[in-house]
Amino acid sequence: MIAFAIKRFVQALGVMLVVALISFMMFRFVGDPVNQLVGVDTPPAERAALREALGLNDPVMLQFGRFVVKAAQFDFGISYQFKQPVASLIASRLPATLELSFVSALFALAVGVPMGVYTGLYRNTLLARGFLAVSLIGVSLPTFLIGILLIFAVSVNLGWLPSFGRGETVNLGGVWNTGLLTKSGLQSLILPSITLGLFQMTLIMRLVRGEMLEVLRTDYIKFARARGLSRRAINFGHALKNTLVPVITITGLQLGSIIAFAIITETVFQWPGMGLLFLQAVQNVDIPIMAAYLLLIAFLFVTINFIVDLLYVAVDPRIRIGGRTAG
Amino acid sequence: MTPALSVRNLRIEIPTRRGVLTAIDDLSFDIAPGEVLGMVGESGAGKSITGSAVIGLLEPPGRVAGGEIHLAGERIDHLPPERMRHIRGKRIGMIFQDPLTSLNPLYRIGDQLVETIMTHQRMTTAEARDKAQRLLEEVGIPAAKTRLSSYPHQFSGGMRQRVVIALALAADPELVIADEPTTALDVSVQAQIIALLKRLCAERGAAVMLITHDMGVIAETADRVCVLYAGRLAELGPVRDVVKHPQHPYTIGLMSAIPSLTGDPDEALAQIPGSMPRLGAIPAGCAFNPRCGYRFDPCTVERPPPYDAGAGEAACFLHAPAFARQAPAETLRQADAAGIQLSIPNGEAAR
Ligand SMILES: Nc1ncnc2c1ncn2[C@@H]1O[C@H](COP(=O)(O)OP(=O)(O)OP(=O)(O)O)[C@@H](O)[C@H]1O
Ligand SMILES: [Mg+2]
Repeated sequence: MIAFAIKRFVQALGVMLVVALISFMMFRFVGDPVNQLVGVDTPPAERAALREALGLNDPVMLQFGRFVVKAAQFDFGISYQFKQPVASLIASRLPATLELSFVSALFALAVGVPMGVYTGLYRNTLLARGFLAVSLIGVSLPTFLIGILLIFAVSVNLGWLPSFGRGETVNLGGVWNTGLLTKSGLQSLILPSITLGLFQMTLIMRLVRGEMLEVLRTDYIKFARARGLSRRAINFGHALKNTLVPVITITGLQLGSIIAFAIITETVFQWPGMGLLFLQAVQNVDIPIMAAYLLLIAFLFVTINFIVDLLYVAVDPRIRIGGRTAG
Repeated sequence: MTPALSVRNLRIEIPTRRGVLTAIDDLSFDIAPGEVLGMVGESGAGKSITGSAVIGLLEPPGRVAGGEIHLAGERIDHLPPERMRHIRGKRIGMIFQDPLTSLNPLYRIGDQLVETIMTHQRMTTAEARDKAQRLLEEVGIPAAKTRLSSYPHQFSGGMRQRVVIALALAADPELVIADEPTTALDVSVQAQIIALLKRLCAERGAAVMLITHDMGVIAETADRVCVLYAGRLAELGPVRDVVKHPQHPYTIGLMSAIPSLTGDPDEALAQIPGSMPRLGAIPAGCAFNPRCGYRFDPCTVERPPPYDAGAGEAACFLHAPAFARQAPAETLRQADAAGIQLSIPNGEAAR
C-alpha cells in the first residue's frame, strides 16, 4: 500500500514537471516579458538592466530550475496587467471557483447516482425512460446554452434566483471568502452549480446505469438471489458497491474537468473565480497568470487522480494485492 | 413418504420475438429426502432452466406456464416473490457452475456467510460468525477462523467452490440444486468436491438435484437419473439400471458414447447421428425420432408419454404394448438385442 502510494506520487511529480516545462516555455515563446513590463518609450539601457534583473540572460536550464523552485513556493511572479503578485490574485479567486466546482460535483453525484441506480433497476418503467431522455438533453446541450436558458427562465421570468455574481461572502480567517454561509451566497450558487454539474450528472447517471445492468447479470448476483438475500441487500449492498470503482474514477476525473471548464460557467454567470481571471489574462496576454493557472489546474488534476487511486484500493481488495505484487 | 421435491407436468415457456419457445414440456419427477437425482442431457436440453424454475429464479421472459412444483408437499411455483425469497437459501440451496464468479469479489468470505446465515436465522452476529466458522471447517477449509476474513480472490478454484457449498448449505436446506458444480474445476479436485457435497447433504438428509454432463459423476453419486432431451423427459430410473440397461433409444446412444476404462481404446466411440433440435424446431411426435434407429409409424405423429420401462420409465412407444405391436419385427428384434425390455411377449415380437 505504501509502496503503491509512493509509486503513484513519483508519477504525479513527473507529470507536474512536464506541465511546469510547458508553462515555462510560454514565457519564452509568447512575446518578450520585458516588453510586457515596460512602456514603449523605455530606453534600451533600462530594458537591459531589467532583463538582467529578471535573470533572462541566464542559461535556460537555470531559468527553468528557478521557475520550478519559485512555483513550488507559490511564487508565480507579477501579473503584467494588475502589477500584483499572481499568487495573491489567484488566492483571492480560488475559493469562488472551488466552491462552485465542489457544489456542482456534489449535485452531480447526489442526483446522478440515485437516478442511475433507479434506471438500472427499473429500466422498463416510464420514469426510467424519462430520466434517460432528459439525460440525453443534458449531454447534448452546450453548457453556455443551459446557463443562459436557466437565467432566462429562473432569474428573468420567475425572478427567483440571482442571475450573476456570488452574492454576499463571509471572510474566513482572512484567506477564504465563502459564499456558503449567507442566504444570498447560497442562492447565487444554485444556477451556476446546476449549469456546471448537469453534464457530469447525466454522465454519472448513465455510467451507474450501465454498470448496474452489467453487475446485475453477474453470477455473484445470481448466487446472492439464490441465497435468498433481500432485494435491498442485493441491489444496494452487492450490486451498487461493485459499480463504485468506475464511478469513483469518473467522478474524480470529472472533478478536474469541472474545475477546468468552470471558465464557461463563470463567464455566463459573471462568477468572480479563476476562470474569469484566466479569460482576462488571455485577452491581455498576461503570461504569468496563464502559466500559474495552467500549473494550478494540472496540480488539481494530479492530486485528484492520486486520491482516486488510493480510493480504489479502499474499495476493491483485488487492487490491494495487485499493487503489492507490482510494487 | 412425501418427496422432498415433486415436479408435476412442468412446462416452461420463453416468449421471444419469433414466437413462444417451450423450453420444458410436460416434465415430471420426484426426489425423496436424502436422495440424489442426477439430471443429464445435452447442452440446451433444459437442465439448468429446470433448476432455475424450482428455485424460482427463471430469467425473464421465461416463465412457468403449466404444471406444479411441490417442496415437501407444499406448492411453491405460484408463491409471491417475497415468500419465495424466504424459501431460497433457507429451504432450497443452489450451487452454480463457476466458483470463480459465484462469490462477490468485494466482500470477505466471512461477511458473505454471516449475511446469508442472518438472513434466514435469528442469531446475533457473534453466533453467526461461529456458525460461519463451523461451516468452513465442515467443507474442509484449513484455518477456517483466519480464512473468514479473506477475500474470494485469495482462494483457489476448488477452495472457492467449497465456500460456495458452505454458503448454499448455510441454512440447512432440505433440497440442494447443484448445477454442474465441478465443470469449471480442475479434474483433480472434481472428485473431492462431489464427494464433499454428497457427504454433507447425506448428513443433513437433504435431497440433491445434481445437474451434470459427466456420466461418471452420476454413476458414482446419484441414486436415480433423469435424462432430458429437448426439454422433455427421455428416461428416468435407478442409476444402475439406466447406466447398465438403458431403455430409451436416446439413452442407449448416450451410454455407448461414453468412453470406458475397460473397453478397447482403439474401438471408435458410438455417436448418435444428427444433433438435438433447437427449441423452435422440435419435430412432431417424439422429439428424438429423426435420429432414432428404432423409429416406426406413431413416432413421427404422436408424442410418447413416459411408460414403465425396466425399473424406471421411458418416453418411448416401444414400451407401450399397444403401439409396440405395430412395429416391424426387425425393429423389435434390434431393440431386444440392444437390451430394451419390450413389454410385449417374445412370441409376438417374432411374429
Ligand atoms: N432467454 C432465452 N431466450 C431463448 N432461449 C433461451 C433463453 N434462456 C434459455 N433458453 C433456451 O432454453 C434451453 C434450455 O437451456 P438450459 O440452460 O436449461 O440448458 P442446459 O441443459 O442447462 O444446457 P447446458 O448443459 O449447456 O448448461 C436452451 O435451448 C436455451 O437455448
Ligand atoms: Mg446449464
